[in-house]
Amino acid sequence: MSNRHLKEKGIESLLFASGIVAVLALFLLCIFLFRDGLLLFEAYPISSFLTETKWFPTSDPAHFGLLPLLLGSLIVTAGAIIFSVPLGIAAAIYISELAGPRTAGILKPVTEILAGIPSVVYGFFGLVILVPVIQRTLDLPTGQTALTGSIMLGIMALPTIISISEDAISSVPRAIKEGSLALGSTKWQTIYKVTIPAALSGISAAVMLGVGRAIGETMTVMMVTGNSAVIPGFPSGLFAPVKTMTATIALEMGEVPQGSEHFHALFAIGSVLFITTFIINIIANHIKRRYRFNL
Amino acid sequence: MPGTYDNGTEIEVTDLNLWYGDNHALHDISIDIPKNSVTALIGPSGCGKSTFLRCLNRMNDLVKSCRIEGKVLIDNQDIYSKDVDVVDLRKRVGMVFQKPNPFPMSIHDNIAYGPRIHGMGKKNINGIVEEALKSGALWGEVSDRLGSSALDLSGGQQQRLCIARTLAVRPEVILFDEPCSALDPISTGKIEELILELKKKYTIVIVTHNMQQAARISDYTGFFLTGDLVEFDRTEQIFESPGEKATEDYITGRFG
Amino acid sequence: MLSNAKLNEKIAFGLLRLAMGMVVAFVLVILYYIVSNGYSAISLDFIFSMPRNRMTEGGIYPAIVGTMYLIIGSMAVALPLGILSAIYLTEYAQPGRTTWTIEMAINNLAGTPSVVFGLFGLAMFVKYLGFGASILSASLTLALLILPVIIRASQEALLTVPKEYREASLALGVTKWETIRRIVLPAAIPGMVTGAILSIGRVAGETAPILLTGAAYFLPRLPDSVYSQFMALPYHLYVLATSGTNIAQTRPIQYGTALILLIIVLFVNIIAVSIRSHYRKKINR
Ligand SMILES: Nc1ncnc2c1ncn2[C@@H]1O[C@H](COP(=O)(O)OP(=O)(O)O)[C@@H](O)[C@H]1O
Ligand SMILES: [Mg+2]
Repeated sequence: MSNRHLKEKGIESLLFASGIVAVLALFLLCIFLFRDGLLLFEAYPISSFLTETKWFPTSDPAHFGLLPLLLGSLIVTAGAIIFSVPLGIAAAIYISELAGPRTAGILKPVTEILAGIPSVVYGFFGLVILVPVIQRTLDLPTGQTALTGSIMLGIMALPTIISISEDAISSVPRAIKEGSLALGSTKWQTIYKVTIPAALSGISAAVMLGVGRAIGETMTVMMVTGNSAVIPGFPSGLFAPVKTMTATIALEMGEVPQGSEHFHALFAIGSVLFITTFIINIIANHIKRRYRFNL
Repeated sequence: MPGTYDNGTEIEVTDLNLWYGDNHALHDISIDIPKNSVTALIGPSGCGKSTFLRCLNRMNDLVKSCRIEGKVLIDNQDIYSKDVDVVDLRKRVGMVFQKPNPFPMSIHDNIAYGPRIHGMGKKNINGIVEEALKSGALWGEVSDRLGSSALDLSGGQQQRLCIARTLAVRPEVILFDEPCSALDPISTGKIEELILELKKKYTIVIVTHNMQQAARISDYTGFFLTGDLVEFDRTEQIFESPGEKATEDYITGRFG
Repeated sequence: MLSNAKLNEKIAFGLLRLAMGMVVAFVLVILYYIVSNGYSAISLDFIFSMPRNRMTEGGIYPAIVGTMYLIIGSMAVALPLGILSAIYLTEYAQPGRTTWTIEMAINNLAGTPSVVFGLFGLAMFVKYLGFGASILSASLTLALLILPVIIRASQEALLTVPKEYREASLALGVTKWETIRRIVLPAAIPGMVTGAILSIGRVAGETAPILLTGAAYFLPRLPDSVYSQFMALPYHLYVLATSGTNIAQTRPIQYGTALILLIIVLFVNIIAVSIRSHYRKKINR
């Protein structure tokens, strides 16, 4: 008997050890990321990092200003969200409220294809197809612009926004919708006065996760935004090249000597990126947890 | 209380109280359950019959909010004492559930599952399966397709399979929680016959909401109402001249 | 005559349809361009030969091999860890601070950008543990990246196993672990496999993390140990499309590589989805 008991306890401990691997991974990730990031500030003042408007890592003296990269990430993400949120929510409403079950059964996997396409393929498509189109139609010196990045990122964020919004809209209890219809409202009035408000927190969670996805995306933006580290204006900056935090890390890490100031600066950028998405995730999950209906 | 029993007492419950969180679901239950007989538990739904039954093989341990006080002796051993191994207890006290729940495996594997894990009859597993299916009154119907999926059986056959599966680990007590409520009258009849056969070798406790069933197959009957054991006596006594007004109202259908 | 409300409804539904149409159009346009331009480049020779003439001719064999190594390496680590972790969370964990912390860590790992995983892999595996830029470093980095996906999919699979099976087994005097091993896990395997297969697609397509942990621009030979650098499909596509020797001339190779990647990912998704629906039907029978 005690033998069997010991075995059960042993297995439970083993499972617990695997259970905390995620915590351990996150912990180590923070340690290694922040450690190399903080080393930058031994030589380079943190105030300059946060307020400098220039990212000239190879000039002498070097400038490691976060702002152009942070704003670059923000403008590309903002453009993506402006474009994909209305589109995604509309598609989610269509799937859950208008399409019949069979049509919905086809549309859902079709939109999920978007989630499966690797980001480098999006980047390639954007570079080869969209960049020339943007250049010609807007008559710009180059088609590699923040806008191009926004469009591609918007498409990539669509499946996240659609599937989570769709989930939230479908989970609005039928009784609430029928109550409204029974009062003589049209289906559309019911959707936008009753269903959407009831699903709002779920939809906001979807938007937050979409933002998180867009801000962290690397390959696509790197291939279509031109990668020039200047502080973008708004909205004029949409039509010029920008450089995001993610693209900076991926592009420059290959060329820097390990342990150099530049190397640490890239880790510092990575830390900022991590903290940003960490906060976005916490907010998104907090909202998501609240939207479940208790019926 | 019916006094002492011809075959002796199998289970002695004293002042059993049970809470699900703040819900006090069983109040001071005391009852002696006789050996090698059928004891039926009746009462309106939600009165705590299943809860009580699940105290007898400690299935309530799985419910996180559940707290239990009192004594349950089986063979004079307190099953809630620290040195009792729940796993061994459940081997001795088998359970058949309301909804037939065969595993998604073959008929043979369903029966062999318990004995194999307990290391019983390593060589003669087929013999054990055959014996259990015979005792479960199912052998005649399935002997030629032991390898096919248990999920293809009818509801009544599935329930007899679950009984046979329980028998295969050789328990002393078998708990039935409304075993026929999901079945048609013919399957119900077969299971009732089977229970009458089984009581020669096993102590049986059965929860039922069907009073005719209790009257047909049980030797003793307990009547539960909102967490209290209102009355417990010989079945004829309960049905012919109940001692409590509430029992009489329930039995004659004048209840709620 | 339409009432105002009716008219509004017509307009609104028209817009919703338009939006849905645009989403579907995006899918079709992307697939169309890659497939129509890529399929002529693909041949057995393309798949099974080495790049030639400074990657302007020849095939993509080493990139395919590299991607396979990454899939095997990362799954070998993430699959067992993820499944065990999911078993702990669904079958053993009690609600409380520890469980909350684990759940939070999984959610945040899932939302961390892949390039940050790349930085972490570089700092920890490449530098600190001294694995160098290698298959090993990249596989471990990717394993951490897909760990949350595998945990979530496995948890979901475990939750679909009916409570009745567990109760039936426990009531026969079978221990908790034996019940999980013999009843719960077999019933949950299809769902777990689905999650695992989906993350294969993810591993095949990730670029940023391997770029920082060991992917090579070009290698004349196949990797010969876990400490070797490697070529991989997504990085190969990136290199050819942005900094190859002759970007315009190698367009067909780029489209072909993109199509191969797409085929791997879509194929893997289709398999996963059909496994899932096959077993769903079986359970609902
Ligand atoms: N797992 C549980 N958790 C919390 N409360 C429960 C649980 N099971 C039963 N109860 C409560 O205990 C009471 C008795 O239930 P039960 O024993 O199932 O009644 P019966 O079997 O007589 O219909 C009911 O109020 C029920 O809501
Ligand atoms: Mg009950």
